[in-house]
Amino acid sequence: MTILNVLILVCILYVVFLFAVAFAADRAALRGRGSWLRSPFIYTLSLSIYCTAWTFYGAVGFAARSGLEFVTIYLGPTLIMIGWWWTLRKMVRVGRSQRITSIADLISSRYGKSNLLAVIVTVLAVIGTTPYIALQLQSVTLSFAAFAETDPTATTLPDMQSTALWVAGGLALFTILFGTRNLDANERHHGVVMAIALEAVVKLFALLAVGIFVVWGLSGGVATTLDRIDASAIARFEVSGSRWIGLTMLSAVAFLCLPRMFQVMVVENEDEDHLRTAAWAFPTYLMLMSLFVVPIAAVGLELMPTGANPDLFVLTLPLMDGRDGLAILSFLGGFSSATSMVIVAAIALSTMVSNHVVMPLWLHFSGGAAMVSGDVRHVALLARRLSIAGVVLLGYVYFRLSGGGTALAAIGLIAFAGVAQFMPALMGGLFWRGATRTGALAGLIVGAVVWIYCLFLPSFGPSVVLPQVVFDEGLFGLQWLRPRALFGTEGMDPVVHAVLWSLLLNTSAFILGSLLSFPQPVERLQGAQFVNVFDHSGTPGGWTGGMAQSEDLLIMAQRIMGATEAQALFAEAARRQGLAGYLPEPSPSFLQELERELSGSVGAATAHAMISQIVGGAAVSVEDLMAVADETAQIMEYSSQLEAKSQELARTARQLRQANEKLTQLSVQKDGFLSQISHELRTPMTSIRAFSEILRDTGDLTAEEQSKYASVIHDEAVRLTRLLDDLLDLSVLENGQVVLHVQRGSLADLLDRAERAAGVQGGALRVVRDRVAEAVDLTTDLDRLVQVFINLIANARKYCDGQPPILTIRTAVIDGELVIDFTDNGSGIAPAQQAVIFEKFSRIGQHKAGGAGLGLAICREIMARLGGAVSYLPGQKGAAFRVTLPLSARMAAQ
Amino acid sequence: MSAERGPLFLARRTYRLRRLSDAARMLPIAGAVLFSVPLLWEAGGVRTTRAMLYIFGLWIALAGIAGVISARLRPTESEDDPKGPQER
Repeated sequence: MTILNVLILVCILYVVFLFAVAFAADRAALRGRGSWLRSPFIYTLSLSIYCTAWTFYGAVGFAARSGLEFVTIYLGPTLIMIGWWWTLRKMVRVGRSQRITSIADLISSRYGKSNLLAVIVTVLAVIGTTPYIALQLQSVTLSFAAFAETDPTATTLPDMQSTALWVAGGLALFTILFGTRNLDANERHHGVVMAIALEAVVKLFALLAVGIFVVWGLSGGVATTLDRIDASAIARFEVSGSRWIGLTMLSAVAFLCLPRMFQVMVVENEDEDHLRTAAWAFPTYLMLMSLFVVPIAAVGLELMPTGANPDLFVLTLPLMDGRDGLAILSFLGGFSSATSMVIVAAIALSTMVSNHVVMPLWLHFSGGAAMVSGDVRHVALLARRLSIAGVVLLGYVYFRLSGGGTALAAIGLIAFAGVAQFMPALMGGLFWRGATRTGALAGLIVGAVVWIYCLFLPSFGPSVVLPQVVFDEGLFGLQWLRPRALFGTEGMDPVVHAVLWSLLLNTSAFILGSLLSFPQPVERLQGAQFVNVFDHSGTPGGWTGGMAQSEDLLIMAQRIMGATEAQALFAEAARRQGLAGYLPEPSPSFLQELERELSGSVGAATAHAMISQIVGGAAVSVEDLMAVADETAQIMEYSSQLEAKSQELARTARQLRQANEKLTQLSVQKDGFLSQISHELRTPMTSIRAFSEILRDTGDLTAEEQSKYASVIHDEAVRLTRLLDDLLDLSVLENGQVVLHVQRGSLADLLDRAERAAGVQGGALRVVRDRVAEAVDLTTDLDRLVQVFINLIANARKYCDGQPPILTIRTAVIDGELVIDFTDNGSGIAPAQQAVIFEKFSRIGQHKAGGAGLGLAICREIMARLGGAVSYLPGQKGAAFRVTLPLSARMAAQ
Repeated sequence: MSAERGPLFLARRTYRLRRLSDAARMLPIAGAVLFSVPLLWEAGGVRTTRAMLYIFGLWIALAGIAGVISARLRPTESEDDPKGPQER
């Protein structure tokens, strides 16, 4: 077996292991086990995706070329981490309180939930990250090639392109599998984070192992190694001040702004407290990662033949010495660095692309109908999966087009400079109330243009994208517009030059734009919430409810969050408001909460737009405006209390009015019932009297006539008895005198019985059932339960006006409760009627089909006796009733 | 002991915590300045090994200080809370 085959085998085993770890972590989190998944050290290790393959291999190359300067890339993040009290704490708090899904979401959310800003940030992030992904693919293929070269038996070198393709495909698969489990980007990806934490350990271990081997194995101890460094080409500490400070600053800014860093640092953060551990643990990690870089570089320069690629010293030094095991370990370290970066970057970018580009477009094209038709949840997940595949593919395409040459190696700092353009809008948004959307737009656009012109396009080399003339003479022949010497600043390092000018102009445009423009109310509100996030945890509401239809909101929420979650959320909100059922009052606080929940799935801007389509525009209340003007804190307090009181009064009044309406309706129904019952009693009585008189007074009746009249009397008497039975049944149930006959039976049998008894067979109504789910054993009063089922099915048979009528019976077990939904495809029950259908004597429509309107009232009483409930389920297409029954058969007190 | 001791103790604790958060804010600034010190050394005359010892030593020290400060700071508390941190 050649070393190349061993390498491929180890690689595959490692990948399988990663899949297993991610899978196990997801399972553990799902079952609520594994509190260690939420340890601050896992969080710290996940931050290490900052160290990509570019830093794993490239740091040594960097050191071999320019000495200790490489360390600036790690110093910036170190300063940010130990200064967590300034920025990170605030970012994490804002991210959690606003349910932020990405850096684009944060910026858009801060500046009035503007989707335009989010789109710009997304595009810039994609431009900045794609080459970076290409760089990771290149590093994996290069390290493969390094192994292949040392292998004398390998007749053919592995094809670089195909290696990259395999790696890219595997990464996309992993990311889609574990990164899009749940739609809510705010829910943590435990599997992914765990895999990344593991990879962080592997890469640190690998680099330390190579370092120890070089210092004590190749070089013979610390003192000798230091002597060797002193004797090498990088013995002198010669760094230019501008690069030292500029790169430290750049890496610090990029650490905050990189989409993938934002993902692990803010979005995946479980607990703000974890920052306290990361504050010292992550700098220590970085320090250990860079500890052996200079020794490896110095020894590599001395031992390796001239012309050897210093970027691969980490790999080639052990290989040269015949330490294949160590070389494979080192390869795994680089492989880990590359894969973890691509995975997280793809998740972060796909969230941005799907939430801020695909979803708004889809909503726009599907128009206002988006809320009532089509499955948003499905579309969002699909968009995210496609975006992941797209982002990785884009990286691969970039890798192919650039030919994997040395031009790629320089892209690391260029990408840093690109994402650094988010800095003014981000920091301004967090710390300056006066920052506006216009300012943020101006700053981002100016910064992006300068970066693209001065750094990104020139990075392809002269005459590739920008012609040589532009480099020498400037754009349009204007000397002061030369991309490497803007405004005549000649002789500067290109990266420092571009960073200086782009950030300077970006910040200036941001400040000027903010000073000269006037923010919209929503912006000012969000500004106050972001900047003063530590002051008021309670947030002012942005919605004026009342006109909103809770049912419409429920329908929309079901499409995005899934039916069960949405119903649970609405029922919980209704319970808190003291209402029964699934429809809470659309109070401002509830709308606010709903928007937060939705924004966790589709981003703040989209969630805001969707709710405003239903509610009819967000209004800024007096309370909100007062909250902005914190100088008048006392007035605000007083006024907001008044406001809250008056809102509460209005709500109570509305509830009272509803109760009154219900009472009036009940009274009308009772009157109606009295006349109905006298009518119902009188009609059979009349015919019984008439026919019995005929039988008594008429002598010459044939036997046939006699039996006919007698059977009419009998039928009428049966009808009377049934009516009286129902009334008796109800009164017994209501008085709690009923005796339950508890038996054991299967739900499927009960439904079969009910279907037969309800007279569905041979009728027009089609019943759709799920026999697999119905295989549930019950211990309860089966006859009573069947009575409920018969009633619900018979109701559907009588009232469902769908063409053709279909009744769907769905069964599920939720939280130890059996839930059976009876949903038909008719026109449903009008909201006004929903409140009274379970009352006695209530009937929908006028005398349309017999019965005294006691059926549902009896059902409700029975279910209450059995310890369960039956309720109307709004927001379905037709009439829907939900029967719930606790499985642990504990009866209510009899 | 006396009723005055309690509040005094609280205020002292609050005061300490405030200064601790000041220290947490100053730490990155101090770090940035100290990391720039090698630039002031005699140009080209310094050996890389010496600069390495300085930078890595400083690095470890900063991580250690950050660890000590963070362990005592509770991020969940608002530093502007007029009532100060809860005692219990």
